[in-house]
Amino acid sequence: MTPEQIRREVSAWLDANWRIDRPLLEWRNILLEGGWAAPHWPEEWHGRGFTLDQAMVVSEVFREMDVVPAAQVGPRGLASETILACGSDDQKERYLKPILTGEDTWCQLFSEPGSGSDLAGLSTRAEFVDGRWIINGQKVWNTSAHHADFGLLVARTDRDVPKHQGISYFLLDMRQPGVEARPLRQMNGHQSFNEVFMTNAVVSPEDLIGGEGNGWHVAKTTLSFERRGFSRRVRGSSLDGPKQGPIYEEYEEELRIAAEPYTWYPQREGRVDLVLPRARETGAIHDPAVRQQIAKLICLHSGARLAADSAEAGRRAGTTEIIPAGSIGKLAASVIARQASHVHTMISGADALLSGPDSAADGMIAEVLVSVPAISIAGGTDEIQRNIISERVLGMPKGYRADQGPFRDIKRNA
Amino acid sequence: MQTEFSSEQQLLRDVVSRALRDKSPPGAVRELMASDRGYDPAVWQELGAGAGLAGVHVPEAWGGAGGGPVELGIVAEEMGRTLFCGPFFASAVMAGNALMEAADESARAELLPGVASGSVIAALVLDDLNSPAAVGGSLRARDDGRLAGTAAIVVDAHVADLLLVVARTGPDLGLHAVGSGAPGLEIEPLQVVDPTRKLSRVTFAGVPARPIGTVGGEALNRTWDLMSSALAHEMIGGAQRLFESTVAYTKERFQFGRPIGSFQALKHRCADLLLEIELARAVTHHAARCLAAGEGEPWAASMAKAAAADAFMSAARAGIQLRGGIGFTWEDDTHLWFKRAKSSEVLLGTPAIHRERMMTMLEGAA
Ligand SMILES: Cc1cc2nc3c(=O)[nH]c(=O)nc-3n(C[C@H](O)[C@H](O)[C@H](O)COP(=O)(O)OP(=O)(O)OC[C@H]3O[C@@H](n4cnc5c(N)ncnc54)[C@H](O)[C@@H]3O)c2cc1C
Repeated sequence: MTPEQIRREVSAWLDANWRIDRPLLEWRNILLEGGWAAPHWPEEWHGRGFTLDQAMVVSEVFREMDVVPAAQVGPRGLASETILACGSDDQKERYLKPILTGEDTWCQLFSEPGSGSDLAGLSTRAEFVDGRWIINGQKVWNTSAHHADFGLLVARTDRDVPKHQGISYFLLDMRQPGVEARPLRQMNGHQSFNEVFMTNAVVSPEDLIGGEGNGWHVAKTTLSFERRGFSRRVRGSSLDGPKQGPIYEEYEEELRIAAEPYTWYPQREGRVDLVLPRARETGAIHDPAVRQQIAKLICLHSGARLAADSAEAGRRAGTTEIIPAGSIGKLAASVIARQASHVHTMISGADALLSGPDSAADGMIAEVLVSVPAISIAGGTDEIQRNIISERVLGMPKGYRADQGPFRDIKRNA
Repeated sequence: MQTEFSSEQQLLRDVVSRALRDKSPPGAVRELMASDRGYDPAVWQELGAGAGLAGVHVPEAWGGAGGGPVELGIVAEEMGRTLFCGPFFASAVMAGNALMEAADESARAELLPGVASGSVIAALVLDDLNSPAAVGGSLRARDDGRLAGTAAIVVDAHVADLLLVVARTGPDLGLHAVGSGAPGLEIEPLQVVDPTRKLSRVTFAGVPARPIGTVGGEALNRTWDLMSSALAHEMIGGAQRLFESTVAYTKERFQFGRPIGSFQALKHRCADLLLEIELARAVTHHAARCLAAGEGEPWAASMAKAAAADAFMSAARAGIQLRGGIGFTWEDDTHLWFKRAKSSEVLLGTPAIHRERMMTMLEGAA
């Protein structure tokens, strides 16, 4: 379908169905029935098999008509993509719909105190006892876990095989006595991530995804989607400006809770959009040294956007592999964020000493300066992306490994 | 505006790439760079005329293949890969674009077909190679119409049949045609850092010339953009090829009982380089598409020239560093690419000049 055809079809459907006096959940169910909640999903699962570009057209129309979309904030996207790619029909049946309606929120339970980059070295245990999986262990840095209904959990089911082979992937119900999430404060003052303790937490056999011992494969699927997200253009999910009407109030409330951990995410990407306005406002735009750095930033930013578009085209044509393309995009996002932070510092000069309402752009610049360090860690560090690029794209040889053989014999953090 | 290459453009790339692999191997590059002339007329005849590369970007009405900046970029990129030695950049890219942008209708009809077929080698004579804003400081047309002044550096003037001279004519800049045998014309070959790009000093002591067009600010800037875009493509081709050979070397060379490519310091340097080249390639291809469509950011070509130059220099530095001692020898080919990177980095303006040009277009002068 051409963009114009999509536009016509979705506008006609919205004219007939969109009303601001419906309860949010009722509206989302109608949206699902109509097939417009996630048009890029497959037709069997609430979608229309659209490309991402086609789906973008649909979101545009939604935004223009001030229509509340399907729920999309936070790690729920990782959950739905992972379940779509690796889940059973029963899992798709049970989990996909409430993700779109906003009834369920999700978190990602991957990192542990003892293993972050070395995700496959994780030691949280899952044991099959009396027909159920019993989980014991600790996770950490888990964004949104404090309000999530479900978690994407990787745990070890076999310690006697090499580390990648003994991992299984579970869909964990967070609302149970054996699961406790404690918020952690970050260097930028926000509390988005948590530590999560699992003590005899229970998972039913239907919630093992991808089969026992196959968790590493499923985890790589989740990670590739996560990294791709760093290079994709941000699709804002809040509507422009406050809107009057009952459904908007419910929607704002949903966003207030679900989007709260992410208010600083644009700042960790460096706020490239604020660079020129700030340079004009301060007069730094006339400083030749600043101009050089701004030009470099624009160059990197344009290059990354154009390269991501062509990787996306390659992915559609089946010529680009998702995992390395995601790593290149993620590394680019880090480089851009650092350059933007550097430029913002040059522009602000001594004003970069201040933060909060006392500082420039109502604290946004200060928040950039103390949030950018996260982007080169979250979702796999820059060093890990460089390892992936050099080994997977360039085919450079792997280095010496000290973690082969059965997991139980590998040296680990105490 | 295009966002991907069409299948015809892919085909063009394949054809050019295959032809150059045969006609421009490293052995030939070494022979030509040591020669005075710097190119092989038989190969030029075959590629420029036979394969139609000299006119790839010239409309069919003037004897070209009917492509544009994108097709020109494809050829330049493939030539950059093999360090092709020949008057393509001087004649097809520089002189050809100047003719298309600034010459009168009749001069185009008369001169372009020769340039497009490769039968005439033309050189564009500019008295400044750093920035379009500085052109016109030395060369001028005297009241009697004869040219005076010096162009300190001209690409491939020593083999040109035709010189196209941008010289001040009253308050304007004019484009002038001068035959290579004209009286009062002196062409002195210069010693160069990059022997694959031959340069001369050209002095005009009252040289008779034919005025063939007015070079307005817009025409000069657009010509500069077209040349910069093509040069950026040439650099991306060189950077990519050198990068590939460097990575291949790290897989073959053993130290400490393992391939050096297994050392993380080298792997990470290569990953960063891949990123730098990918982003530079993306803005470079974008620049040609903007120029072809006449839309997009007006500074796209400067952005490409700056990014491609930085990426090529990074690839060149890594090319030598990752080879160790052998990389610093005359015998190893790496320095050929290093020197081409250096000459391309500064030709038509350093990255810093292009970034400032970009900011001037974006925000006005500093
Ligand atoms: C804001 C934020 C949000 C996050 N959200 C989540 C979440 O929702 N869910 C979740 O599960 N996790 C989350 N994380 C965790 C994140 O994935 C990990 O922090 C990250 O993978 C690094 O692991 P680590 O912290 O254990 O550091 P380590 O792995 O100990 O790394 C320490 C240093 O060693 C380097 N290093 C490690 N291994 C290598 C190697 N092989 N080669 C070279 N260098 C190496 C690293 O690059 C780093 O510089 C989040 C992190 C942040 C900062």
